[in-house]
Amino acid sequence: MTSINVNGKVHDLGDVPDDTPLLWVLRDQLGLTGTKYGCGIAECGICTVHLDGVAVQSCITQLSEVGDSKVTTIEGLSEDGSHPVQKAWKEHGVPQCGYCQVGQMMMAAAMLESNHDPSDDDIDSEMWNICRCGTYPRIRAAIKTAAKEMQTR
Amino acid sequence: MNAPSKTRNGISRRGFLAAASAGSLVLMAKVTDGQDVVVVGATKANLESFDPDLFVSIAPDGVVSILAHRSEMGTGIRTSLPRIVADELEADWARVEIVQAIGDKRLGDQNTDGSNSIRFFFDRMRIAGATARTMLERAAAQQWDVAADQCHGDNHRVVHSGSDRAIGYGELVSIAKTLDVPAADELKLKPASKFRYIGKDAPITDMDAILTGKAIYGIDARMENQLYAVIARPPVVGAAVKSYDAADAMEIPGVVDVVEIPKFDGAPLFQPLGGIAVCAQSTWAAWQGRDAIDIEWEEGPNANYDTDQFAKTLAESANRPGKAVRNHGDVGKVIAESDNVHRADYTVPHLSHAPMETPCAVADVKTEGDKVVSCVVTAATQNPQAVQQAVGPAMGMKPEDVIVNVTLLGSGFGRKSKPDYCVEAAMLSRKLGRPVHVTWTREDDIHNDYFHTMSHLHLEAAVDEKGKPTAWLARAAYPTIGSTFNPSAKEPAGFEVEMGLTDCPYQIPNLRVEVGQAVAHTRIGWLRSVAHIQQNFAVGSFADELAHRADRDPYEYLLELLGEDRHLDLEAAGLSNRGASATDYPYDIGRLKAVTRRVAERADWQRGKDLPKGRGLGIACCRAFLGYTAHVIEVDISKDGKLRIPKVWVSLDAGLIVSPDRVRAQVEGAAVMATTQARYGKITFKNGRAQQSNYDDYPMVTMSDAPREIIVDLVDSQAAPAGVGETTVPSFAPALCNAIFAATGKRIRDLPLRDHDLSWS
Ligand code: FES
Ligand code: FES
Repeated sequence: MTSINVNGKVHDLGDVPDDTPLLWVLRDQLGLTGTKYGCGIAECGICTVHLDGVAVQSCITQLSEVGDSKVTTIEGLSEDGSHPVQKAWKEHGVPQCGYCQVGQMMMAAAMLESNHDPSDDDIDSEMWNICRCGTYPRIRAAIKTAAKEMQTR
Repeated sequence: MNAPSKTRNGISRRGFLAAASAGSLVLMAKVTDGQDVVVVGATKANLESFDPDLFVSIAPDGVVSILAHRSEMGTGIRTSLPRIVADELEADWARVEIVQAIGDKRLGDQNTDGSNSIRFFFDRMRIAGATARTMLERAAAQQWDVAADQCHGDNHRVVHSGSDRAIGYGELVSIAKTLDVPAADELKLKPASKFRYIGKDAPITDMDAILTGKAIYGIDARMENQLYAVIARPPVVGAAVKSYDAADAMEIPGVVDVVEIPKFDGAPLFQPLGGIAVCAQSTWAAWQGRDAIDIEWEEGPNANYDTDQFAKTLAESANRPGKAVRNHGDVGKVIAESDNVHRADYTVPHLSHAPMETPCAVADVKTEGDKVVSCVVTAATQNPQAVQQAVGPAMGMKPEDVIVNVTLLGSGFGRKSKPDYCVEAAMLSRKLGRPVHVTWTREDDIHNDYFHTMSHLHLEAAVDEKGKPTAWLARAAYPTIGSTFNPSAKEPAGFEVEMGLTDCPYQIPNLRVEVGQAVAHTRIGWLRSVAHIQQNFAVGSFADELAHRADRDPYEYLLELLGEDRHLDLEAAGLSNRGASATDYPYDIGRLKAVTRRVAERADWQRGKDLPKGRGLGIACCRAFLGYTAHVIEVDISKDGKLRIPKVWVSLDAGLIVSPDRVRAQVEGAAVMATTQARYGKITFKNGRAQQSNYDDYPMVTMSDAPREIIVDLVDSQAAPAGVGETTVPSFAPALCNAIFAATGKRIRDLPLRDHDLSWS
């Protein structure tokens, strides 16, 4: 029987085939629908979660690759929406439809853990997520706001 | 009909009314002839007999519930319309709850499309709020035994101007609900100077849910005991299943059933394309099952569709005389006699909506024998009434008996006003006898879209010695959206050519617009800003070409082309003006020139002349969806042809604006979406099959290739509210291509840009 650790909780997955992408395990087996589907081929970044703190695309991460790693999803990024990126996203009014924003925030949060002062070029290269509503200028601004808060932590 | 079930993200018709009626004040206003609001009744015994339109209820604890009847796909409408109600109601926004409406024609138009929501409902929402406030004021007057005109709603209370008495809204409910509902002419609406929410920003109501992953979209909608379906649709529109083998699919763990969906008959409409559905315990199992099915297709007549060939057909059609759809003066004669004629052809390929969330819906259909007795659909839809109208007949039900819950939409752009995916879910649920959730994969979405049309525009102008056009001919050939509803429709429709061609703002003595024939070989749909996409690209580029040909500054030339400040004679030009009156929504060239001047000033247009080669500014303007807008775009192109867009300036006059920050967001987003379309947008067909399938071969701009800075200038106006969401798409592409010309001398007439070498030396 396969089990995974998501947001600090271990879940037994019964006989879910271990080549199932983590995305669909999260959404359909565990009911964690905060992580979204956009392309299934690691092109849009919308399904981004953290695996031991590193941003990965859950649509191409098979269950077998997760092993004992700790998975963090948006539901576990903070308890109450108080992660600096979440606060900055609100301050800058980033979301339009909001659908891509979970992936955007998970990507940004992972980047900011390792890079507390991302330059515009860093943001350009690290934040390759698609936002069909076109919120990029606000995401850029929000990342800079969140970075400031993370620097003082 | 069985009692509708309450779903996780929606509320049933009976459920909301029943909850609202328990001791609450409920206001309902009725729309007569789709226009005036007539309030017909307060809470009485039989709520079902009323026609609720704009719906406010106030509970004894003071919580105000406001029905949001338009769909939220990123514009902020689920917040903006209720804020209009709350403003007139003098409600405390913190104590307002927003309830998403189900599909119900008694609510008026719910088709969240065409940039219409504020325009259609601004007045009605104000009346709904003012009605409720007036009743509360009268209730307080009765309680205190004072004149009603001494009682005023103020921040969720009624206060008495003759004393310091005040009483909360909740406490007034028991009296208010016994009062007659005031007639519309008894209401006093606020002066604009007293607006407290209209024109002021607030976070969208779904902000916290979105940021914590709790927001529910169509893909997240769940019903108890549901199965997940993924469908193998025909590779060619109109193809039918000849035979299939589902043995391998059934072997996949979790697969429960394989079901054939019949191909549509006649026009595509909003019917399913047909195909083979795999229903399973999870999306992934269904998806794998779908991929394991072996299907043989009867491909039908569209199997020959080849866009390389079709481009030639369109070019021929646009280059021979067509049917005149607007004509004044004698264009033919002037052009024939001129020795100075400029000609150019512009093309835009098919585009796909590719909304961030693919089409998704869940349905629960209950049957007794062969008869459907209830049907509940929960979907990411722009138009729940269209869902009712499409699902009803497919289930043998009256449309109004179909319960449609609306989730948030992971963007829509027009795709989700076409509910074929909802019908699929209902058909599958009926067959399986349990709820079925249909998810379109991205490949399904891009292969099977209601595509933006593929177009060829031919423009000609005779110019005088000063370089100004004396005659202007525009000829358009593209498959019409009408073909999706009527296969015999073979030329652009009036509403389509009115998006940039027949509504041409330029002051030219001889003007003619013609349409050529073009047969559709795939489903054609409307995509954000619709025919403006190709038509304003052509018209906005052509104006720039004429300016350069005359060796004039494109901005000054554009202002001259726009001519005198005046109102276009809509009737003489045969323009529908989107059904809006010429009094409230004149076609005001003065406003169009004003935004053009504003944007040029803000961008410091004149410095464009001094930019080094490789950098340049481009300008274009338009009136679209009754709003006025202009863009200046700065490009920076490296010698080897790499394009950057460091800055975009946009001015927008959309009349009165309810939520300025959301309007800015729409304008920013429109610039990004238009960048995607201009740089990369291209769907091609071979053998009837769309050749692109996902974001790898149908790319989107991301952070690094989107405009770096988008500077939005909103005109402060009290004019009637116009459209916003689509208004600022059309002038983007021509401004961008005009900038590319300024930077490199390369004139782009065929989109997308990635087909062109922009290098220079
Ligand atoms: S869904 Fe995983 S990257 Fe797009
Ligand atoms: S906010 Fe809609 S896709 Fe990003």
